[in-house]
Amino acid sequence: MTNISVREMTIAFGSRRVLDTLSIDVKAGEFLVLLGPSGCGKSTLLHTIAGLMDVSEGEIWIGEKNVTWEEPSERGLAMVFQSYALYPRMSVRQNLSFGLKVAGLPKDEINRRVDTAAELLQLTELMERLPAALSGGQRQRVAIGRALVRQVGVFLFDEPLSNLDAQLRTDLRVELKRLHQRLKSTMVYVTHDQVEAMTLADRIAIMKDGIIQQIGTPHEVYRQPVNRFVATFIGAAKMNLLSGRLTVAGGKVTFIRPGYSIDLAGYPFASPPQDGAEVELGIRPEHLVGGSMDLTIEIVEPMGADTLVWATREGVTFAMRLDGEQQVAPGDILPVAIPISHVSLFDAGTGRRV
Amino acid sequence: MTMTVAATPSVARGPKPQRLTPARIGIYLFLFSAAAFFLLPLFIMVVTSMKTLEEIRQGSILALPLTLNFDAWVKAWTQACTGLECNGIQVGFWNSVKILIPSVIISIVVGAVNGYALTFWRRPGSNLLFAVLMVGAFIPYQVFLNPMIRFFSFAGLYSSLPGIILVHVIFGMPVMTMLFRNYYTNLPVELFNAARVDGAGFWRIFFDVILPMSAPIFVVAAILQVTGIWNDFLLGLVFAGRENLPMTVQLNNIVNTTTGEREYNVNMAATLLTALVPTIVYFVSGRWFVRGIASGAVKG
Repeated sequence: MTNISVREMTIAFGSRRVLDTLSIDVKAGEFLVLLGPSGCGKSTLLHTIAGLMDVSEGEIWIGEKNVTWEEPSERGLAMVFQSYALYPRMSVRQNLSFGLKVAGLPKDEINRRVDTAAELLQLTELMERLPAALSGGQRQRVAIGRALVRQVGVFLFDEPLSNLDAQLRTDLRVELKRLHQRLKSTMVYVTHDQVEAMTLADRIAIMKDGIIQQIGTPHEVYRQPVNRFVATFIGAAKMNLLSGRLTVAGGKVTFIRPGYSIDLAGYPFASPPQDGAEVELGIRPEHLVGGSMDLTIEIVEPMGADTLVWATREGVTFAMRLDGEQQVAPGDILPVAIPISHVSLFDAGTGRRV
Repeated sequence: MTMTVAATPSVARGPKPQRLTPARIGIYLFLFSAAAFFLLPLFIMVVTSMKTLEEIRQGSILALPLTLNFDAWVKAWTQACTGLECNGIQVGFWNSVKILIPSVIISIVVGAVNGYALTFWRRPGSNLLFAVLMVGAFIPYQVFLNPMIRFFSFAGLYSSLPGIILVHVIFGMPVMTMLFRNYYTNLPVELFNAARVDGAGFWRIFFDVILPMSAPIFVVAAILQVTGIWNDFLLGLVFAGRENLPMTVQLNNIVNTTTGEREYNVNMAATLLTALVPTIVYFVSGRWFVRGIASGAVKG
C-alpha cells in the first residue's frame, strides 16, 4: 500500500523538454494507466519513477520517502518490461531469484517466495528452462513473476503485453487484473492500447506531447473527454465530429450547420455558450440512434458481435455501430438521429470541451 | 537441344532447374584464378622448405621436392642463427607466447569493461571519452614511439616483459573498447534496466548478466588480438628488450643474416613456423570470426 507522487517534474534532454513541470498523484492500491501515442512521454515518466532516468527538476515521492535521488533498487518497486528482459543465460528459477539473491536474502526465504510466485503464475513446470525455450506468454509471466517475488508496494509495467499476439494479450490482461485485485498493490501501467487502458485501469491518464490531457476513470474519459484529442484518441472507430456554429436566442442554444440543426437543451455547458461560436459536435458511433436523418451506407465492417458501418451524408462520413444481427449492405439508406444526452461539444479553435 | 527441351518439364513445378549460365562460369573463373594467385606463394614456400639446398640451386621453383625432407624445419626450429646465437626460432616462439598470453587476456578484459561502462553507465562526457579513445586508434604507432620510450625508461619498464605487455594492452585498448561497445550497444538496454531494478550494481551486472551473453564477441576479440600481437614486429623490436624479442623479430634476424650462404629452405621453414599460430587461429575460428565481425562490429 504505497502511493506515488510526482511533483512538478521536468525531464530535459539538452534543450528539449520531454516532460515539463508535470505533477501526478497515484493513490495507494490504485491501478493507474498512462495512455498516449508513441512519443508522448509516458514511458519517460515511468522510467523516471523507476529511477532509470535522471530528473532535471522536481521531486518524486514513493510512500513517505523522497526518492528523487535514490537508485532504482532503493525505491521499493518492481518493474515489468516490454521485451520481458529475462536474463537469457539463467533458468526461470534463476531469473526469479536473481533480485532476491542480490538483496542477500536467506536461501529458504528465496525458495519460498519463488515457489509461491511460480505457483500463482503456473510456472512450476518450467522452472529449469531457459527463456529461449519459453513461448512469449510464458516469458511475460516469468517477467511478472520476477516482479512479484520482490514483494514491494509498487509495480511498474512498461507496455508488457504489446509483444504478444491478440489472444494471449486478452488472457494475460485478465490475469493481470486478477493479480491486482488479489495483491492490491499500487500499479502504474504504460500502454498505447486503449482497450488495455479501459479494461485494466482504475484511472487513466491520457498524455500527449509530455502533458497529461485528462486523468479520470475509464468511464469519465470515455463519456466526458476534456478536449478533442482525448475524444478521438479513446474509442475504436473514432468519435464522429461535425463542425458547425452555436446560436443563442432567448436562453435556447442550437447547434447549426448547413442542412442540419439540433437543439442543445439540457447539454451541460462548461461555460456559458457564446452566440456564433465555432464548435465541433462529437458523437460516438454506438450512440447514433434511429431517427429521421438519412445516411447512405458506404462500407460495412462486420466484427461479429457488432457491425461497424461507414455512412455518408452531404460529404460527411459517420461511423456507426450496429447490432451484429442487423443485415445491412452498401447503398442502403439508414435513418439516424443524434441524441443530445451523448453529445460532446468542443471549441473549434482550442479543441477544449465547451 | 531436343534432349534438354525434353528433360525440362513443361509445367513449372517443384525446384527450379539449375543452369550453368555464362555469368556463373565467369564467377567461377574469377574465383579460381584469385585462389591460385593467393595460394601460389604458399605453395612455393612449402615446396622450397622441403628441398635441399642442392635442389634449390637447380632453379625450378615450382618443382616438387624429390624426397620428403624436414631437415630444414628442424634446423629452423633448433639451430638457425639469429645474429650471434644459434638456438633456432624456438627462442622467439616461446618469447612470443610469453608476450601473447598476458597481453591478450588483459587487453580483452580491459576492452570488455570499458565497452560495458561506456554503453550502459553513461555519464556526462562518456561519449567524449570514447571519441578521444577512437582518435587514439587512428594515430599511427610511430608517433607514440619516442614519448613512450621516454616514459617507459623513466618508469623502469623499458626493455622488459611487463613493458611490452603494457604496450600491447595500451595499443589494443581503442579497438577492443570499440568492439565491445558496439556489441553491447546491440544488447537490449532493458536487460540492464531490469538488473538495476533488481538491485544489482556495476560488477554484479557485468559478471552475472552481461558476461554470459558476451561469448561471441570474446572469440572475435581473441582472434583479433592473437593475430595482431603475434604478427607485431615494430613494438616487439622497440619495447621488448634483447631477452624477450618475439618470433617475428627473430625471424627477420634469421632471414637477414648475411654471413655465408643463404639457406632458403631454412628461411622458408622458419617463416612458415612463425605464420603457424595465426593460421591455426583462422582455421579453427574463421566461422566465428566472420559471424562476430558481422554481428558486433559492423552493425553497430
